[in-house]
Order: sequence, then C-alpha cells, then structure tokens
Amino acid sequence: MNASVQKEESMVMQKKMIGEHFETLARAPESGRKVVYTFVPGNLNELILAFDLLPVHPEVNALQSGMRKLSGDYIQEAEKQGHSEDVCTYVKCDIGMLKKGNIGPTGEKLPPPDLLLLSYTGCFTFMKWFELLKQEYGCPVVMLQVPYQADGTITASQREFVARQLREVVVPALEEVSGKKLDEDRLKELLASSARAEDDLVYVWESAKHRPSPIDAYFGGVYYIGPIFTAFRGLPDCEAYYRSLRSEVDYRIAHGMGPTTPEGELREQKYRIVVEGPPNWTSFRDFWKIFHDEGVVMVASTYTKVGGLYEQGFRHDPAKPFESLAEYCLGCYTNRNLPARVDIIAKYVEEYEADGILFNSIKSCNSFSAGQLMMLRELEKRTGKSGAFIESDLVDPRYFSAANIKNRLESYFQMLEAKRQAA
Amino acid sequence: MGIKAIIDRCERLYRDVDLGCVQEWKARTGGKAVGHMPVYVPRELIHAAGLLPVGVMGGGDDVEIIRGDAYFQSYICHIPRSTVELGLAGKLDCLDGMLFPAICDVIRNLSGMWQLMFPGKYVKYIDFPQTFNGAGREFYRFELASLLLDMEQLSGVRATRERLNQSIALYNDNRRALAALYDLRAAEPSKVPTSELYLLLRAGNVLEVSEHTAILREYLQLARERGRPRHDNVRVVVTGLFCEQPPLSMVRAMENSGCYIVDDDWVLGARYQLGDTAIGERPLDAIVDAYMDGTVATATRYVEGDDKGAFLVEQVRQRRAEGVIFAAASFCDPALLDRPMGQKALADAGIPYTSFTYSENTGQVQVIKEQAGTFADSIKLWGVAA
Ligand code: SF4
Ligand code: SF4
Repeated sequence: MNASVQKEESMVMQKKMIGEHFETLARAPESGRKVVYTFVPGNLNELILAFDLLPVHPEVNALQSGMRKLSGDYIQEAEKQGHSEDVCTYVKCDIGMLKKGNIGPTGEKLPPPDLLLLSYTGCFTFMKWFELLKQEYGCPVVMLQVPYQADGTITASQREFVARQLREVVVPALEEVSGKKLDEDRLKELLASSARAEDDLVYVWESAKHRPSPIDAYFGGVYYIGPIFTAFRGLPDCEAYYRSLRSEVDYRIAHGMGPTTPEGELREQKYRIVVEGPPNWTSFRDFWKIFHDEGVVMVASTYTKVGGLYEQGFRHDPAKPFESLAEYCLGCYTNRNLPARVDIIAKYVEEYEADGILFNSIKSCNSFSAGQLMMLRELEKRTGKSGAFIESDLVDPRYFSAANIKNRLESYFQMLEAKRQAA
Repeated sequence: MGIKAIIDRCERLYRDVDLGCVQEWKARTGGKAVGHMPVYVPRELIHAAGLLPVGVMGGGDDVEIIRGDAYFQSYICHIPRSTVELGLAGKLDCLDGMLFPAICDVIRNLSGMWQLMFPGKYVKYIDFPQTFNGAGREFYRFELASLLLDMEQLSGVRATRERLNQSIALYNDNRRALAALYDLRAAEPSKVPTSELYLLLRAGNVLEVSEHTAILREYLQLARERGRPRHDNVRVVVTGLFCEQPPLSMVRAMENSGCYIVDDDWVLGARYQLGDTAIGERPLDAIVDAYMDGTVATATRYVEGDDKGAFLVEQVRQRRAEGVIFAAASFCDPALLDRPMGQKALADAGIPYTSFTYSENTGQVQVIKEQAGTFADSIKLWGVAA
C-alpha cells in the first residue's frame, strides 16, 4: 500500500461517517428518530446510542461554521439579538446559526432536539448554553452535574454522585424520550467497542514520541478525535476508523515519514512543541501553515484531551458501565485543576522530548484560559523550556490577528533557535 | 453612634484592603480567619469551628494592579486580577485559608492558581449542587461534612452540634437584619441611601457576624427615625453584580441619577438564603436543606423547569419596581449569558430595562450615571425605556 492510499483511507472513512450522520439527522423528522443535543466533553455517546437516539453536538456545529467562514455572521446575528460581545463565541455562533435556519455543516437542516442532555463537564458555560437553547426550543433538559477535580483526583463521592445521577435521572429521561427501556447488554457492547478504539487512539498519540513524529498531535489531532469524541464512539465504524488510522501511522513510522499536512508531508521537523488550548477555527489552515513553514510539529496537545485523557489509562469498561461513564465524565482535561494540568503538560514535554510549549489563549473560553499565563510560568520553571503565549478566538474572526500571531511566533522560533545554538 | 459615624466606619472597612480589622480580630481572639470568594459559602459552618469567615471581593478601585496583570489574559473580568494582586502583595496573609465556591470557570481556575501560588495555605474549592434531587443533596452533604472537618482541623475547635446551632442562630439573625434593611429601603428609599446600604453590606465581609448584626440594627433604628426629603425618583432593581463588586463611586452615581434602587444582588452571599436555617438535632443537614430548598435564582445557579427569569420578575413586583438595570462585570460569563434570558422574561412581563457593563475599578461613572438617568427619565415620561 502506498502512503497516499493509506492517508486517504481514514480521512475518507471519517468524511463518509460524518456525511451519513448528518444525512440521518436531516431525515430524523420523517424517520421519527429522536434527537439529543449534548456536549462533547464527557459525552455519554454509548448511552445515547443504546437508546437508538441521534446525538448532535453544538460545539461541533460551531467549529464547523468557523471552518466554513460562517461563524462571523452567526455571531453578529446573536449579538444583534442582545447577546454580549464578551461571552463565549461558541454559544453565539450556535444561536446565530439557529436564528438563520439551523443549517448544519453538510448544508442540510438540523432537526430540533427532543432532549437537551446537559452533561456538565469542565465548563460552566454549558449550563447557560442549554438554558438558552431550552428557551429557543422549548424542549426538556436533563442535567448531569459533573463535579470538578479540584484536588486533582476523582473521589468516591464524586464518582457515586455522577453514577447515581446517570441511573436515577439521565437513564429515565432517555427512556422517556426514546420510549425504550435501557438494554444493558447493548450498552456493554458499545462500551467494549469504545475501549478498543481508545486503545488505538492512544497508540496514535504515543507515536509522536518517534522522530520524525508521524503525526501532528494538534492540527492533525483535531481530525483524529473527530469520531471518538462525537457521535461514533461505540460503533463498529469508529473502531474501524482507528484501526485504519493506526496502520497509517505504522506505515509512516516504518518509512520515516512525517504527518500529512495541507502543505504536504512535514518530514523536516525542526522543533517539537506541546500545545495548550483550543485552536482557532476561522483561520485554521493559515494558523497551521505558520507552523508548517517553520518546520514545527506538535507532538502533544491538551485540546485533543477535552473528551478524555485515555493515555493516562482510562478506558470505558463494560464490566461497570455507570461507574466507568462517571469516571469518563470526571476525567476530561478541563475538569482537572490547574496543578494537574501543569503536571500533564510537563509530562508531555518530558515524554515527547519537546523543545517548547505554546499556549493559545482563547478569548471565549475561560474554562481553558483563566490562569494559563500562570501555568506557562510554572511550566517554564519546571521544564526549563521556553513558552509562547498568543491570543485568538475559536470562531470569532475579529479576534484572529494573523500578522500579530505570525510575528510573535517568528520571534519565538528565533528564540528557540538561539537557545539551541547556545546549548 | 450616629448614622454618619456608622457609615464612616463602614467606608473605612471597605477601603481597608490590608484587612486591618481581620488582623485585629485575630490578635484579640487568637483565632484564625478563612477568606472566601463570592458568591455564597456556608459561613455558619466556618464560624462554628471558631474561625472568622472573611469575604474577599477583589481590590475595587483602590488597588493598583502591578503583578496581577502578568497572570491573566486580556479578556477576563477584573476580580481575579486584583485578588491575585492582593495575594502577591501579602495583603491576604492574615487569611489562614481560602475558599473558592463553584460559580464560574474563573473562580474555579483561581482555586488552582492559589494552590500553586500559596502551597502552604489551606485552599478549598466548594462544589455546589446544580442538580436539586436526592443525589445532589447527598453529594452536597458530603462536601460540607468534609469542609467542616477541614475547618475543625484548621482551628483546633470541634464544631459541636451546640456550636453549629449557635452559629446558625447568629447568621439567621444577620439575615433577618439585612432583610429588614432591604425592606426599609424598598418601603422608604429616601431613608436608606443605597451607598449606605452597600457599605453596610460590605462591612459584613470582614466583621464578626454578631458585631455586624449589631451595627445593622443600630443603623436601622436611626434610619427609621431620620427625616430625608423624598424625591420623585424611579424605583429600579439592579441585577447582575453578584460577584465582582462595583466601586462605591458607581453606586453613588447610580443613585444620583434619578433612580431609587429598591433591590439588588451585590454581596449576594449575605442574602443568598431566602429564609432561616433550622436549628435542631441535625444542623449540618439543616444547612444543606437551606441551600437546596430556599436560595435565590442567580446566574451561577442552574434553573430547572420553565421559569427562567421568573425570580427577577417576582422581585420587581414585590418591590414595586418600575424597571431593571442589568449591570454586569465586563467578561462575566454567568451574568452576561444569563442576561438575555432575564431580559426576555422582563419583556414578556412588560417591564422596562437597560443594561451596561462595568469593572470594579471603573472610572467611567459619569457615563453610567447618564445611562441610568436616561433610563429613569424615559420611565417617568413614557413608562417604558427609550
Ligand atoms: S467556554 Fe470554552 S469549554 Fe465552555 S463552551 Fe465555550 S469554548 Fe467550550
Ligand atoms: S465576575 Fe463573573 S466571570 Fe468574573 S469571577 Fe465573578 S462570576 Fe466569574
């Protein structure tokens, strides 16, 4: 098999999966399938699928709108309707999209939710977001509160709290909307499948320890998390996707190849960087190109862990479905306290032999951004590596200043070079 | 003491960013003090363990930010910046611990920053239930039991049932005095200028509860008797300021704009509970029940059901207000994301409103005064906002 065939296989698979999913969603009003809107971090995909419900993730729609350059209009629409300039733009993008007809990323109309599953993981804005959507759609909401790992560990009380809500509140709500009883065997099958895909994803992340790295764990990484963090985790298609991705990575390792980027293969890898914070979606390609042009490969990133930190050992476990779902919700990256986040990044720097650390501070997102400058100082102290700090936004094009970011990054890379020469 | 002396004292406490009165309390009693960020913490529980709960509400407009800016990105509210500034400048050194209630991602992350910055100090993030069923109640009970244990360890004092009940009684009394103050202002706003009420509230952040209640009662008595001219002002509810507090100059500007503020949500933790906490055999359960069953619907709290905004509308009706001013700290996610829902509820009920943002060190009070004034004029002239 040659590289380009290998490359295409997983990407084509993902594209097909997404296309089919949105098609099924568009047909939901006729087919009678019920729709659940829910959030990516700590999502309960296996549980939703066990009831044969269709998930929609508003953040994914927002990021897709960002990539398709529609988010600016949507955000302005929401602001026209009275939403503040100061708040999370994902919410405004979603509300603007709804006001403009709720056309999804494939150009087809998204069905309204039959239920809003407010899984409350790692961000308070989620709570407000669904309060707002509840007013727009007038449909029921079910709340799953996920406590914060304030001391860097999951306590028994936290796990029990989440598991109990799942059993006593979430499952009955899903039963009500689907008209079905929970089939625990089906749930276990789905969880077992998730665990297999998770094994393969971890293999992919860890491949970045090779030199050259066969993956870009940030820009490429956001594609790799697509199926597992959204509507597909638990399904055979998802497993097949990660198997295929893994064999592509193996192929690249065997041939000493770098990751495929929009600008071609990144074989000459001058700097290895760990990234904290989400990417900017409105200028995603341009942003990526800045790094590509400098020969920078991202060897690990925290954004790709918002839906689960599998490399730390967590797997969905069919032997204890509710407890493992609870642990999954509790374990997402932004649900960990700042010291734990610093530990995770420091470990990445060490294990992936990074040359530096980049923080992309997102205007919208206090969940990620509040305190990032302090994390950066702490990391510089602990790892001895230099960090760069830039500011942008997820989907608001007004806050992506290409020239500023480019200048800042260029001086950062010059500094890394000078440091290297001096060493 | 006359009203002026009481208010002067409260203003000195408001400006005392070094927490001199907390230091005095510690020297006098030999006790320890625990700081807490807005909005709400169960202060009776801290008090019962012999500790002084101290409300930390940022630096206002008196603190120059020198170090705090290096810790935060551009797009964030001001209170974490000034709190870090106070911490790094040693102005919070007299606090033996800090509590960070779960209200937003900023305060949440600040708890982790505090762990990193002050490794020797006690730091606790308190997760409040957002789900008001059996699981939420059990979880919160567990959280409070562990907080109580920590408080006891910090002070070396066991919070017996008796002590807990005593503290509950003191805080019930304080809440009643505050309620009486708010009721008097709503009934006769000319007798309780909001700037005075605000300073009285702020004093409760640093004074031991019984001393604070005594001041409130003394003020209440004097205020009832005082004669002040009544103006043809518009009665408004101010909402959205539950965390980062406005500077005193802004409060004064608002009340000099032709508005009588007849309800508000500043220093909300002090009035978070709507009724008493029961005194009895199981005081910890009573504190949990009081939170679960009778607290205000503020932006940091999830509202189940369909009546989002109903609390605000009811507040307007009860206080016979003619309009609402939404004032929120810039970049305050909970307040600003909540705002459209509150506005919708008001619009449906035909209640006029206006909105602006501020920050604790805002210098632009003239603009705010003009906006509040225009709002008041438009209500007077047409009964609606322009
Ligand atoms: S604040 Fe951040 S984590 Fe929360 S919804 Fe917005 S982008 Fe997502
Ligand atoms: S002002 Fe708002 S965003 Fe800032 S800390 Fe307070 S509640 Fe959080």
